[in-house]
Amino acid sequence: MAKITLDNLAHSYLPNPGHEDDFALKELNHDWIDGEAYALLGASGCGKSTLLNIISGLLQPSQGRILFNDRDVTHAPTAERNIAQVFQFPVVYDTMTVRDNLAFPLRNRGADASYVAERVQQIAQMIGMEDELNRKARGLTADAKQKISLGRGMVREDVNALLFDEPLTVIDPHMKWELRTQLKSLHHEFGHTMIYVTHDQTEALTFADKVVVMYDGRVVQIGTPQELFERPAHTFVGYFIGSPGMNLFDAQISGNAAQVAGTSINLNKTYAPKGGKTQLGVRPEFIRLNCEGLGLPAKVTRVEDVGRHKIIRLDVAGQPVSAIAEEGATVPSENTAISFDPAGINVYDDDWRISAEGEAA
Amino acid sequence: MNKTVNQKAWFLVLPVLILVAFSAVIPLMTVVNYSVQDTFGRNEFFWAGLEWFSDMLDSDRMWDALGRQLIFSGVILAIEIPLGIFVALNMPKNGFWASFCLVLMSLPLLIPWNVVGTIWQIFGRVDIGLLGYTLDKLGITYNYTQDITAAWITVVVMDVWHWTSLVALLAYAGLQSIPDAYYQAAKIDQASRWAVFRYIELPKMAGVLMIAILLRFMDSFMIYTEPFVVTGGGPGNATTFLSIDLVKMAIGQFDLGPAAAFSLMYFLVILLISWVFYTVMVNLDKRDGV
Repeated sequence: MAKITLDNLAHSYLPNPGHEDDFALKELNHDWIDGEAYALLGASGCGKSTLLNIISGLLQPSQGRILFNDRDVTHAPTAERNIAQVFQFPVVYDTMTVRDNLAFPLRNRGADASYVAERVQQIAQMIGMEDELNRKARGLTADAKQKISLGRGMVREDVNALLFDEPLTVIDPHMKWELRTQLKSLHHEFGHTMIYVTHDQTEALTFADKVVVMYDGRVVQIGTPQELFERPAHTFVGYFIGSPGMNLFDAQISGNAAQVAGTSINLNKTYAPKGGKTQLGVRPEFIRLNCEGLGLPAKVTRVEDVGRHKIIRLDVAGQPVSAIAEEGATVPSENTAISFDPAGINVYDDDWRISAEGEAA
Repeated sequence: MNKTVNQKAWFLVLPVLILVAFSAVIPLMTVVNYSVQDTFGRNEFFWAGLEWFSDMLDSDRMWDALGRQLIFSGVILAIEIPLGIFVALNMPKNGFWASFCLVLMSLPLLIPWNVVGTIWQIFGRVDIGLLGYTLDKLGITYNYTQDITAAWITVVVMDVWHWTSLVALLAYAGLQSIPDAYYQAAKIDQASRWAVFRYIELPKMAGVLMIAILLRFMDSFMIYTEPFVVTGGGPGNATTFLSIDLVKMAIGQFDLGPAAAFSLMYFLVILLISWVFYTVMVNLDKRDGV
């Protein structure tokens, strides 16, 4: 187990990257604390897998260093890093039995036969494949194969880190919950550093202690699920996390008041914008509908009943806005007005969140 | 669901039936016809029953040719399959050099059999051929027209030169279908190079390799043109394989009856071996699945 340090790390798939846009992974400094479970969240093509492959040594970074427990491993081969990785699509050795598949990483490292047998049994129990240990891996279903891949990733106890590259994509939804729960309990039990790449926010938020959100090759925010929800550091985080995502309103800000589409809104705090494009970000959970007509004029376009609450789609000055209302709340027929809960307002300057005066950054 | 019965649909099969009849069934029946009759010319035929068949089964000549044939097919399979795999493993995976190698590899496959024979016949000559001349100058006695070993080596090397590409190309296609994740997973599992070959590459190539073996076996078992052009079946009968022997018998000596019996047995042997291969291949896919 190890602390993993990324020092000035960046990667480009081009031979001579010049401009910043050439980099698939923009310059990054970060410590992955030993024993924490991280989720790496972002849309496809944002550099998640690139980062993961650099950590596991399948890819050499164009610049910067990677340190495991302060030892430089930037150019060390994968084997030397002692890392386990599970891929998006199941990788099993078809001609081997399930047992041999699980034992493979241990045997390659010359582990003791009795230890291998015991460990394989444990893992098989964990992934629920004890009864199938002696059959060939060929011809198993995709999720059974992926369970073997997961099992093979977890079979070694002394790994520095466990990396998962969207491992549950091919797994049935009910199985996903089960495996994710098992991964989590495994994490509690053994305390491995885990990095879990996904584009599914539910997966990221339920699995990880800390979620790393990536956007366009850059890490835009690292935080607990709660921080990501309440204080999105970048408009992308607001949009990507939450269902539906955060609403953004163009606004002029002076002191503790904002002007949105001709209406003045009290922010309760004082902000000093840096002069870029200023926006207010408000999650649908913090938007109130006022039938009396106080606040920002809005028009209801659609109401979606998703069971435990209603999602109300509104039109505010030609821009779509979502709000969440309690199940059973009365929804105004068409013309209404909205107001914001001041606690749920975040202020953005050129997509990056700015903090209010007196607030810790 | 009810099926509509329409017997007229049989007419749709008719063109194929006619085509196959003229291209395969009727010529084959002619051979069957010859194999059970004797003739003394003037287009007069006498019923001979299974006499030619028993004659052929008793003749050392056919058994010797069959033995040589089996050795030849065995030897070239033992060389071409591993060599083809080795070449495929070392070919570039993509880029300009991959295309370059593919074109280079396909070249021998495009050369007509007759020309391949001629190329090697000249190549191996001690007076004007590059190979023969060089070997001679190096002090190695090499004369494929008189020395049995030299003749065999020439014929085998020629076949390897001509057909290893086919095996390599098939194996290469099998290798290309392996996703990168497999190699990455193997790296993380610390698999040795041998383990990667044994547990990832070989299983993924198994299907195409069976096809390669089947194709190379059938083709080499029926080989005629190349050794005929180079050695003419000699020295003596040393490189007289089944086809060469058959042609000698049928056209050289005009023994149509025995040659026809020989042909039919030859045909049945190929059919039998191909069937065995096919069954093994199909079962190989099924076996592990259950």
